[in-house]
Amino acid sequence: MTATLTAATGGRVLRQLRHDPRTLAMLTVLPGLLLGLLYLLWRDVPAPPGQQPVFDRVGLTMLGIFPFVVMFLVTSIAMLRERTSGTLERLLTTPLSRLDLLLGYGAAFGVAAGVQAVVTVTVATTLYDLDVAGSPGLVVLIAVVDAVLGVALGLLASAFARSEFQAVQFMPVVVLPQFFLCGLLVPREQMAGWLQAISDVLPLTYAVEALQEVGASETATATMWRDVAVVAGAALLALALAAATLRRRTS
Amino acid sequence: MDDAVTVRDLVVDRGARRVLPGLTCAVPAGRVTGLLGPSGSGKSTLLRAVVGVQRVRSGEVVVLGRPAGSPALRSRVGYVTQEPSVYADLTVRENLRYFAALYGRGAAAADAAIADVGLRDAAGQLVRDLSGGQRGRVSLASALVGEPELLVLDEPTVGLDPVLRAELWERFAALAAAGTTLIVSSHVMDEARRCDRLLLLREGELLSDSTPEQLRAESGTDDLEESFLHLIRTRQGVAA
Ligand SMILES: Nc1ncnc2c1ncn2[C@@H]1O[C@H](COP(=O)(O)OP(=O)(O)O)[C@@H](O)[C@H]1O
Ligand SMILES: [Mg+2]
Repeated sequence: MTATLTAATGGRVLRQLRHDPRTLAMLTVLPGLLLGLLYLLWRDVPAPPGQQPVFDRVGLTMLGIFPFVVMFLVTSIAMLRERTSGTLERLLTTPLSRLDLLLGYGAAFGVAAGVQAVVTVTVATTLYDLDVAGSPGLVVLIAVVDAVLGVALGLLASAFARSEFQAVQFMPVVVLPQFFLCGLLVPREQMAGWLQAISDVLPLTYAVEALQEVGASETATATMWRDVAVVAGAALLALALAAATLRRRTS
Repeated sequence: MDDAVTVRDLVVDRGARRVLPGLTCAVPAGRVTGLLGPSGSGKSTLLRAVVGVQRVRSGEVVVLGRPAGSPALRSRVGYVTQEPSVYADLTVRENLRYFAALYGRGAAAADAAIADVGLRDAAGQLVRDLSGGQRGRVSLASALVGEPELLVLDEPTVGLDPVLRAELWERFAALAAAGTTLIVSSHVMDEARRCDRLLLLREGELLSDSTPEQLRAESGTDDLEESFLHLIRTRQGVAA
């Protein structure tokens, strides 16, 4: 692994994004707009007695779901394009190692996710009065780690996709079960035991829990840091698996 | 003379097909070796094996004294795929800067490679806005920028006008004169005369390993296309 090659690759991916202003605009503003829709949906619905307003809970969770989903999709398509355009074959003959390549992708889309998260969190806390007890900076941090998880899983999934049609369909397969079981739709303690066990091994669960910790507590809690570490660890594991499944020699 | 590449009993299957049924050949160092043969004869497959991205069933490919695909070879071997493999959504200059960085070179090397393939005026243009021939030259420049000892070029002159094609062949000769080894594939027999050495491939078998002069002398014609046909006919005559 070489830091300069990782940086060169990350820079190249960001430059590709810069030449695609519409994608850049969508990455930056879409999550904020969708969050606005949720805000309007719940604005006039009274909070359940003794509980926080629904939008505060759902909106906060969405700040973790958006970057995960978007970055998963964008990366799996980007990597598939790299494969079909022949650039991947060429890269594999250069001094660039497979891990350099994947880390470059992770870094570039991590930066993009950072911009996205700053915009979305700012819009959410000012325009939509999303109530977060803890620091908005921590929300951004969790969103970025979550985005990198999406990038890593997207890179891994793209190794199993032979066409764009297949790649796009990996999205619901990877994302929806994690979304259903993360504790947003049904609180985790009310799930059947075996569902809870599955939920325990899905990384998005920890991202959502970390966000809820920031939402409820003014200072960073130990649980939050542990959750962030779990998500980051899962992302690194997925990157390592993606590097291992990326074959230099193909038939 | 030293050989830059030696291939021994190479067997490659692609899908259900045996594309190379046991190929043995060598590529001399510091020369332009032409790999010629009709479309589908296995040229790209052989070149992929030389750069170490082709899964092989058996046999041996040694490149610059090491097994093909060794990590140590990656900064010494440049590969230009048959289809231009550069980033369509980057400018020519951005592409070259990236590939230069991968080979540990700076912006000056990138600019020099762009000038080398005659694209200085298009340096700021997005690759997707270029013509097919220009795109191919960006792809070529992206390999030249690493100043490799061995250049593996898969049909680099396809789609180029005659003037550019002649310029490129002069450039290949100049690189060889400076010590670079080149393997250039083509399905156009006319290009054979530009090579120092010729490997003729047909259905994965080596039909001939010679020089343009030898080939012409053997068949008694000046036309290399004719020589190739003559070779195939005599082979078939022998087999029958
Ligand atoms: N990915 C692949 N899967 C299966 N067969 C392939 C693949 N690529 C090429 N082939 C087959 O291998 C043979 C040789 O192909 P190739 O090496 O590309 O020939 P050439 O470069 O001389 O045109 C052809 O018959 C082709 O159909
Ligand atoms: Mg070919």
